Amino acid sequence: MRRWTTLAVAASVSMLATSAFAADVPPKEVAFGDDGVTASLTGTPGDPKHGAEVFKSRKLGNCLACHANEEMSGELFHGTVGPALDGVADRYDEGYLRAIVVNAKAIFTEETVMPGFYSLDLGADVAEEFQGKTILSAQDVEDVVAYLETLKE
Amino acid sequence: MKSMMMKSGLLAAAAVLALTAGVSADPVDEQLVIDGQEMITRAKAPEGHPFDEVLSGWLYREAETRKLEEDSFDNPGMLSVEEGEEIWNTVEGTAGKSCASCHDDAADTMAGIAANYPKWDPDAKRPINIELQINKCREENMGAEPYAFDKSGQKELTAYIKHQSLGDPVSVDLSQGEMQQWWERGKDVYYTRTGQLNLSCASCHEQNNGNYIRADHLSQGQVNGFPTYRLKTGLTSLHNRFRGCVRDTRAEIPKAFSDDLMALETYVTWRGTGLSVETPSVRQ
Ligand code: HEC
Ligand code: HEC
Ligand code: HEC
Repeated sequence: MRRWTTLAVAASVSMLATSAFAADVPPKEVAFGDDGVTASLTGTPGDPKHGAEVFKSRKLGNCLACHANEEMSGELFHGTVGPALDGVADRYDEGYLRAIVVNAKAIFTEETVMPGFYSLDLGADVAEEFQGKTILSAQDVEDVVAYLETLKE
Repeated sequence: MKSMMMKSGLLAAAAVLALTAGVSADPVDEQLVIDGQEMITRAKAPEGHPFDEVLSGWLYREAETRKLEEDSFDNPGMLSVEEGEEIWNTVEGTAGKSCASCHDDAADTMAGIAANYPKWDPDAKRPINIELQINKCREENMGAEPYAFDKSGQKELTAYIKHQSLGDPVSVDLSQGEMQQWWERGKDVYYTRTGQLNLSCASCHEQNNGNYIRADHLSQGQVNGFPTYRLKTGLTSLHNRFRGCVRDTRAEIPKAFSDDLMALETYVTWRGTGLSVETPSVRQ
């Protein structure tokens, strides 16, 4: 009896994990259209609070390394490599914002220095621990896009 | 009332402008003088260079950091140079010799030498830098073990030798041996995007010098001050810096003195043609 419960629990946990994973659009299958990437990558609505974390964190998006963001003026050191993102949601629709974060090269030019955060179109000699991996998970992308959506002036 | 509001709006706008000007990202327009000797921190770029003017990293640093380099007594890197001098005079190896046994006073024999490195090494058939020349003399002339990368005083002795060229303009002779081919290869390395972040040296130091990347004011990535004293990490060798910059793109870190990094050193040194050797420079 005990055995059975453990098994059942294990089975449902692994089903959960599989279904969450299966719902993620794999990086190579993200569809870019005229309005950018309109479909969610995960089907789970983005969480702007965690998105703000992704934006700040050096280990996640580290968007602040290149972009100033008035709303985060409490954080030290905003980069100037890219444009300030104040009011960015007034400039772009959600689909475009998602497309920029997924693969900026597909939206700007091949020359852009903005990394593709959900792309496997990587540079040469990727370090072993990052091989075949995207910088952000699909849900991190949804979260940071949800956060960008809040940047209105 | 309305016009008052307009005015304060304008004032606020002016204040914002002033603030922005305060964090202005341009390199400073100042002269670096070290112990009374004028350094060349701006030079006309050599033909075929992507810039019109090459600029020393000193111009991009904060005032306090810049100041530390202006006086040998304040420059913490000078302690390492003194250690290098001791090594120069220390007997090592089976031949019972020191560097000074053959080269006497470095102030005479090494003056201006390092400003022309890397050079072509006809024996090894590849470019040689000061670190590798030290190892060559240790092995062939002293009967001593070569230094491992960054170990046993390699950085200090290199800094001592390069310091004998303080103020001399950097110039590499690409007509020697196969230097031109190594330059080409170094150029490929410079423009190759690497790592998960997919960035090349040019992404930061060519396209974005003058901009801030988080807390760092990006310079042209010049090598004329190496080994350099970094406020965070102390005396830092050039290949350590190269490795750090590549690591930050989340790429495999190339080996010090590997063909790729020797090619890169050749190419990047050329990119700073005409700048004064500043060793040991002070950087953040
Ligand atoms: C290495 C620097 C870099 C990083 C890191 C970076 N970006 Fe960018 N970003 C740029 C540049 C540069 C541009 C401008 C496009 C161009 O000219 O190539 C840009 C443009 C954008 C734009 C369009 C802005 C506009 O007004 O046109 C958005 C939105 C954006 N980035 C979001 C992000 C987010 C979100 C992150 C973090 C997940 C991020 N960026 C990380 C460099 C960067
Ligand atoms: C037994 C004599 C001898 C000793 C000891 C010796 N060298 Fe040399 N060194 C030479 C000779 C000969 C050359 C020139 C030929 C060559 O490049 O090998 C040379 C060349 C050099 C050069 C290149 C000079 C140039 O014009 O480019 C440097 C730098 C140098 N040595 C540094 C050192 C250092 C540092 C030490 C101590 C670790 C050292 N040498 C010990 C004999 C010596
Ligand atoms: C993600 C951005 C980035 C990339 C890519 C990058 N660097 Fe750097 N590099 C920096 C930063 C930041 C500094 C410290 C501030 C400065 O001097 O620019 C620096 C400093 C340097 C310095 C020291 C400059 C001085 O004045 O002491 C050299 C040399 C250098 N980089 C060379 C390279 C080379 C060669 C490559 C390519 C292999 C490279 N960098 C790639 C960001 C980068």
